Amino acid sequence: MATYLEFIQQNEERDGVRFSWNVWPSSRLEATRMVVPLACLLTPLKERPDLPPVQYEPVLCSRPTCKAVLNPLCQVDYRAKLWACNFCFQRNQFPPAYAGISEVNQPAELMPQFSTIEYIVQRGPQTPLIFLYVVDTCLEEEDLQALKESLQMSLSLLPADALVGLITFGRMVQVHELSCEGISKSYVFRGTKDLTAKQIQDMLGLSRPAVPVQQGRPLQTQEQPAISSRFLQPVHKIDMNLTDLLGELQRDPWPVTQGKRPLRSTGVALSIAVGLLEGTFPNTGARIMLFTGGPPTQGPGMVVGDELKTPIRSWHDIEKDNARFMKKATKHYETLANRTAANGHCIDIYACALDQTGLLEMKCCANLTGGHMVMGDSFNTSLFKQTFQRVFNKGFNGDFRMAFGASLEVKTSRELKIAGAIGPCVSLNAKGPCVSENELGIGGTSQWKICSLDPSTTLAIYFEVVNQHNAPIPQGGRGAVQFVTQYQHSSTQKRIRVTTIARNWADAQSQLQHIEAAFDQEAAAVLMARLGVYRAESEEGPDVLRWLDRQLIRLCQKFGQYNKDDPNSFRLSESFSLYPQFMFHLRRSPFLQVFNNSPDESSYYRHHFARQDLTQSLIMIQPILYAYSFHGPPEPVLLDSSSILPDRILLMDTFFQIVIYLGETIAQWQKAGYQDMPEYENFKHLLQAPLDDAQEILQTRFPMPRYIHTEHGGSQARFLLSKVNPSQTHNNLYAWGQESGAPILTDDVSLQVFMDHLKKLAVSSAS
Amino acid sequence: MSVNQQTHTGPPYGQPQPGYQGYQQPAYGGQPLPGVPHSQYGVYNGPMPGYQQPVPPQGSVRAPSTSGTSLSSGHLGYSPFGQGDVQNGIPASTAPMQRPPASQPFLPGSAPVPVSQTSMLQQYGPPPASVQQLSNHMAGMTIGSTSTSAPPPAGLGYGPPTSVPPVSGSFSATGSGLYTPYTASQGPLPPSVSQGLPLAQPPFSGIGPSSYPPTTGAPRPPTMPGPPLPVQTAAGPPTSQPNHVSSPPPPPSTLSGPYQGPPMSGLRGPPPPTHPPQPGYQMQQNGSFEQVRGPQTNYGGAYPGTPNYGSQPGPPPPPKRLDPDSIPSPQLNELPPQQKPRHRIDPDAIPSPIQVIEDDRSNRGSEPFVTGVRGQVPPLVTTNFLVKDQGNASPRYIRCTSYNIPCTSDMAKQSQVPLAAVIKPLATLPPDETLPYLVDHGESGPVRCNRCKAYMCPFMQFIEGGRRFQCCFCSCVTEVPPHYFQHLDHTGKRVDFYDRPELSLGSYEFLATVDYCKNNKFPSPPAFIFMIDVSYNAVKSGLVRLICEELKSLLDYLPREGNMEESAIRVGFVTYNKVLHFYNVKSSLAQPQMMVVSDVADMFVPLLDGFLVNVNESRTVIISLLDQIPEMFADTRETETVFGPVIQAGLEALKAAECAGKLFIFHTSLPIAEAPGKLKNRDDKKLINTDKEKTLFQPQTSFYNNLAKDCVAQGCCVDLFLFPNQYLDVATLGIVTYQTGGSIYKYAYFQLETDQDRFLNDLRRDVQKEVGFDAVMRVRTSTGIRATDFFGAFFMSNTTDVEMAGLDCDKTITVEFKHDDKLSEDSGALLQCALLYTSCAGQRRLRIHNLSLNCCTQLADLYRNCETDTLINYLAKYAYRGVLNSPVKTVRDALINQCAQILACYRKNCASPSSAGQLILPECMKLLPVYLNCVLKSDVLQPGLEVTTDDRAYIRQLVTSMDVAETNVFFYPRLLPVTKADVDSDSLPAAIRNSEERLSKGDIYLLENGLNIFVWVGVNVQQGLIQNLFGVSSFSQISSTLNTLPVLENPFSKKVRSIIDMLQVQRSRYMKLIIVKQEDKLEMLFKQFLVEDKSLTGGASYVDFLCHMHKEIRQLLS
Repeated sequence: MATYLEFIQQNEERDGVRFSWNVWPSSRLEATRMVVPLACLLTPLKERPDLPPVQYEPVLCSRPTCKAVLNPLCQVDYRAKLWACNFCFQRNQFPPAYAGISEVNQPAELMPQFSTIEYIVQRGPQTPLIFLYVVDTCLEEEDLQALKESLQMSLSLLPADALVGLITFGRMVQVHELSCEGISKSYVFRGTKDLTAKQIQDMLGLSRPAVPVQQGRPLQTQEQPAISSRFLQPVHKIDMNLTDLLGELQRDPWPVTQGKRPLRSTGVALSIAVGLLEGTFPNTGARIMLFTGGPPTQGPGMVVGDELKTPIRSWHDIEKDNARFMKKATKHYETLANRTAANGHCIDIYACALDQTGLLEMKCCANLTGGHMVMGDSFNTSLFKQTFQRVFNKGFNGDFRMAFGASLEVKTSRELKIAGAIGPCVSLNAKGPCVSENELGIGGTSQWKICSLDPSTTLAIYFEVVNQHNAPIPQGGRGAVQFVTQYQHSSTQKRIRVTTIARNWADAQSQLQHIEAAFDQEAAAVLMARLGVYRAESEEGPDVLRWLDRQLIRLCQKFGQYNKDDPNSFRLSESFSLYPQFMFHLRRSPFLQVFNNSPDESSYYRHHFARQDLTQSLIMIQPILYAYSFHGPPEPVLLDSSSILPDRILLMDTFFQIVIYLGETIAQWQKAGYQDMPEYENFKHLLQAPLDDAQEILQTRFPMPRYIHTEHGGSQARFLLSKVNPSQTHNNLYAWGQESGAPILTDDVSLQVFMDHLKKLAVSSAS
Repeated sequence: MSVNQQTHTGPPYGQPQPGYQGYQQPAYGGQPLPGVPHSQYGVYNGPMPGYQQPVPPQGSVRAPSTSGTSLSSGHLGYSPFGQGDVQNGIPASTAPMQRPPASQPFLPGSAPVPVSQTSMLQQYGPPPASVQQLSNHMAGMTIGSTSTSAPPPAGLGYGPPTSVPPVSGSFSATGSGLYTPYTASQGPLPPSVSQGLPLAQPPFSGIGPSSYPPTTGAPRPPTMPGPPLPVQTAAGPPTSQPNHVSSPPPPPSTLSGPYQGPPMSGLRGPPPPTHPPQPGYQMQQNGSFEQVRGPQTNYGGAYPGTPNYGSQPGPPPPPKRLDPDSIPSPQLNELPPQQKPRHRIDPDAIPSPIQVIEDDRSNRGSEPFVTGVRGQVPPLVTTNFLVKDQGNASPRYIRCTSYNIPCTSDMAKQSQVPLAAVIKPLATLPPDETLPYLVDHGESGPVRCNRCKAYMCPFMQFIEGGRRFQCCFCSCVTEVPPHYFQHLDHTGKRVDFYDRPELSLGSYEFLATVDYCKNNKFPSPPAFIFMIDVSYNAVKSGLVRLICEELKSLLDYLPREGNMEESAIRVGFVTYNKVLHFYNVKSSLAQPQMMVVSDVADMFVPLLDGFLVNVNESRTVIISLLDQIPEMFADTRETETVFGPVIQAGLEALKAAECAGKLFIFHTSLPIAEAPGKLKNRDDKKLINTDKEKTLFQPQTSFYNNLAKDCVAQGCCVDLFLFPNQYLDVATLGIVTYQTGGSIYKYAYFQLETDQDRFLNDLRRDVQKEVGFDAVMRVRTSTGIRATDFFGAFFMSNTTDVEMAGLDCDKTITVEFKHDDKLSEDSGALLQCALLYTSCAGQRRLRIHNLSLNCCTQLADLYRNCETDTLINYLAKYAYRGVLNSPVKTVRDALINQCAQILACYRKNCASPSSAGQLILPECMKLLPVYLNCVLKSDVLQPGLEVTTDDRAYIRQLVTSMDVAETNVFFYPRLLPVTKADVDSDSLPAAIRNSEERLSKGDIYLLENGLNIFVWVGVNVQQGLIQNLFGVSSFSQISSTLNTLPVLENPFSKKVRSIIDMLQVQRSRYMKLIIVKQEDKLEMLFKQFLVEDKSLTGGASYVDFLCHMHKEIRQLLS
């Protein structure tokens, strides 16, 4: 099915869309029997260097409930200057500007290659981007210093007209006024008290003063810009000032007694940041960037008390319902996240500490607003420094790779309905005829808000086929889906990107092989994984695994070829062959397994999993393993313990970590210093090769992965050992003899065992 | 108080008349002219004649010599002043002459009309009677006179009066009637008394019954002369005071002798009976006023003037005075004169504070007061004396109402004399007295009694060869700790007696151990936090700039511990309007940082490190801050302020820094911004004189009480500088200050030009003065009495411990004692006041003051060892607290009643038997009536015209922590004729009595009461003097808006300025200087301070009040 692979790839490159099924079952009943739902991964802002935006407004269908955008799939009557909406079949007059169109003179949006097109529109005032730094001062001196430097450096990376603001917190929360000369001025809030947005604005003097009414109007207008500008100033105006201010930042001066954690008012600081922007710049692109070096220890949103002797909650505590602050804190941050989302702002969390920092509770701030979440050990690491720097990376055309305040609207042809979306978005609660009652992910709406996104941000969108079995779709009928993404470009332009795709319908009973052949197992794996992870956020882990297993078995039953009750007869077609393996690794992944992960880590992993594109997501599910040896060029090898050989160097990329593992022999050679001997230069090159490759990955990935260089028997080798398929363990070691590979000390089942069970269950007539 | 009185008194009685006359005139305002009127006085001696105007002469001379040389002369002298100058002032000389005549005629019929007083009318009704009344009064008035005249006088009196009436105009008639009797009766006495200057003795000169009248209001003249009876007696020199003798040189020798003996021997022994005989005695105590029979009733009607006391009369008079013209005096004067002419009590004949002060000064000022002897009465507070501590605390630390305590509670109750001590634990000592020594008893802390925990003191009795000691308070026997053991000598004294301050001195300090510290941790050095209101008003008036400028230099003068090079005190800065701004002035910063806290509902301190700093380390940052503050708020439009959160902020800051300290809050307006402790304007003048008046003194919310409690717990003392342009509810704002031992300063309508000196001086002094923090004071007493009540600026969480967040060298605590058992004469009574505090360097110390008192079984001893100034201090505080809970009238009545009882008890039990009509005052308390009257007339108890609610609340709080010297001058201001000052000497001119009639048109006077200094300039002052003093050429060019005297290079100017400086130095606050030109508008204000006169708002004149007291006493006696 090379054609399908190509088709899929082509579609992805052009439209940033990958469907689980590329030929759609034509009835509801059959669609449900397909097990894997009809769904797609959408990368709304996929970079398209070859796609110049057009500088006019899109043409919309005139039916108020439809408003679909004119697209290549529409039927056009060039003579009558009419076009028919392919979603609602409304016939629409072209606007006057299109008077000159003809078959040979088509506007871009009618050309098939522009199934994805971007419009630049003039709407509303253009406000500069806003960056509000929220900085924890309860850091070690060294950390704080590093963070200060990073922040100072970042000023030079910001667009010159961007507005910046600074809030620092520790025991208290300080909102720094940036406009004053001489004395530096800040508004201070107690870190233990939650304040409403109104209170915050009153206290910051941001509310429209009642007094000016008495004074002349002109005065009033003069004063107003000044009001908000006290806290948010254009970078070019105050970068010196702010650099100094950052330079003078001191560690939180309140004494921390032995056995206590510093009092850290993260919850209030965020609340104030949100309130500040809410009052001054609603619905404009703004990033709240939270830099924290530890868990919130007081006030609303506190995650742990300040007594060091009570450790921060673990999964164990959570299961035992023993995490006293978790619910309250989560609720606090959720409220904040929702407010932020409503304002179209986003929150980034940069948490650097050896222990947990409360990401579990705060995750929604980033998840719901499209903000970044970065977890590191210290601000004084390249992991943080480079990741942070990468936030301000620019794309191919010199624009920042960030967009703000996007809303994604999905339109479907009438055989389809929208079940939901999973990704860094919130529902806009836009009900409509194409919204399904069955929710998958964030459902009940045809529109979502994505407060911040970058070219790789990817949403999973789930559909439901609603065509009834007894209302067959005419031969050659196609289903269509249109994605309309309106967003604020980093240049502050308002843009609209429209992607319209269509797929063939097929009758599952008569044309199952077509449908089967058009199965995109990679997309399906990721889409199912997102569903699983989404469920895992709210359900018990085992339930989710069971659900995944059942889905997998059902899929195998449906599409496998086998004789009943004969596991050995079980075969899967090529388009499904990898799927079980993905599921196997997914089951072991930190997205679903919490063992050995802290709640923060789980949140962190899941956060990234819910927003990365297909390729990255697959890497996360099933890490990539390359082997370097004298036996040939570097090659990808099985993610299996049998790949761990003494004379190999392994490079594993799990997305979050890059692990370079030297086999036993290699490690010994290295210790012996062969690489320094001229006659063993080839060895030196061998050692160097994986480093170079790793570097390449490190360069491009956001967030920067943890870079681990280890060797056989090294403590850090666990990163590798925990990922590979434990085909050799202490349980079956002797059975395998001394052959090769390294045994993994685990009771986990290996892929082989997993597959055996799967086959057994798939062919079983009982299920 | 000088002893003199005794002697004087004697004589006066005899010739009381003179005194009376004096009164009349003054009271009335002078009848006629200065010159003329006097004549009446002259008459005195020869009763009738005297009155007649004829004898005017000498007048002037006398005035000065209060006590009275010769009676006659004295009167003359005064009269002129009083009547002529002051009162008539306006009318000018011409008028006077005529008036008198006129007035007289009126008396009968017309009189009433002019006066307007209804009451008067009645009196007039019986025209003839008029005289009698006078006499009555007079009778009452006679003070000090030795023997009362026989009762008969009454009868006689009446008789005469009637006849007299016609004569009304002429005093002589009435007077004579009265006098005569006196003379007769007195006859005998005079001799004894007379020695001094019989007649003159102003102090108590008996008052001719007749004259009486009108003192106060003019009107009352009429009634009867009745009084013939008068006075009698008591001249005996007052008890113990040695001085007596001296003053009246040869007082009745015999008598005096005994008294003088410090001990009391003679005098005391003799019970009541003795007294009569002893002239000396009576004299001291003085004055017996006789009342005429029927007096009581008469008073009611007759004394219009008196009204003040009782409520009734009061009202009427005021209205008149209120005349818009502000020239009331003239009018009054005119009218009254007519009636006055009758007999009056000679002001010179009643006890004179000035005389008493002068006498004490001359008698006791010369030699040191050695405190070794139990129960000694110290010199008056107005006397300069040196104290030598030989086992009792200096009177600068403790003064008592009586140094002789009744042995039983029955006695105490009977006498009604409050037993109280006024304690100023950290009083500043003059340079030639040594500060208390600091004693260190080592790790185990000060040696104390096991049971009552009293500290080691000179009265502890060592027994068993020094191995144990018996507590002088509770008699418990305690082991002497080994390290403290010392052998005893043959007298039972420890050998190291003189080496140990705690065994040989009355006052000393112990170094406290960690057990005496909060949380068992030695305290850190205290902090000062300056909190500046930067709202629109404060900025516009230039106040903010001024404060910032001043702080720059002031910070170098923070209090230091003795020999330390720099102050250990740290400082912090806050500004505020509706929100608070804290400043980080850490030395490492290039620029100060401002931190705004707008969450006033829930105050907190935004920073710790860098808020409280050492001045020297952070100097540049602080200076930079102080430079910038005025600029930063220069354009502010914020008019609203908060207040509660400001204190909370300071408190929280100190809490965070774990230290005690003081907040200096500079505040301008009623805190109406939304915040805890928000106040509303509830000022309502209509409440005055109603049952709800007390609410004006109460805080409007309990918020500040609770806050105060927290402040005290932390040792956060609050000093408040107020700059109101309108009502800002001092009663509420001051609560925290008051309860934390802080001070309030108030500058109404603050203007930079006029008030900055005063404010800056106060600020400097307030910042620099010695202060202790986190103080707890406990007063222990011998078994038998117990400290039961406390007055002052502090907080008490239980019944025994006085807690003060801060205690400075000016703060005083008045403690009242009650019996709970019997005392013994042998062992006397001991007080030990222990003050635990943190010094300004953060050292925890205990300051101990011990005082031993005598105990008595005879009331006479009690009365003989009283101190009126202290008594007044106590009474004023008691009354000022009373107004919080009771209507002011009730409080006033209670005061009068208590004093009447005190005096009645004396009269009944100690004075020699005499006519009931005679007023006899104990020597030590002869000023009680005049001082009490001053208390009653004070703004708190009887608000003046322009006194605001805030002023009253302010003064109320102020007085509550005043020491005796301050209350003394506050209630009875010092009036100095500067034109009489000797330009070449350093001395102050002799003070004169606070009465308008003592002022001469041709002189310039200074009047000071601790808060204000008035410079009163008579209309007839020589141009040369005006030129010298004011630098302008004429009276009319003097600007009454001046608030300082121009600096001119001439002796007179220098002298006056140096006097003013000298006065300023003596007071704990910088007094506001006000120039008052005679007949100018401001004179109204000034006259409020002439406390012997009737006040514009109904306060009684001294004479009237004396009469009233007499009446009360008589009532009690009958």
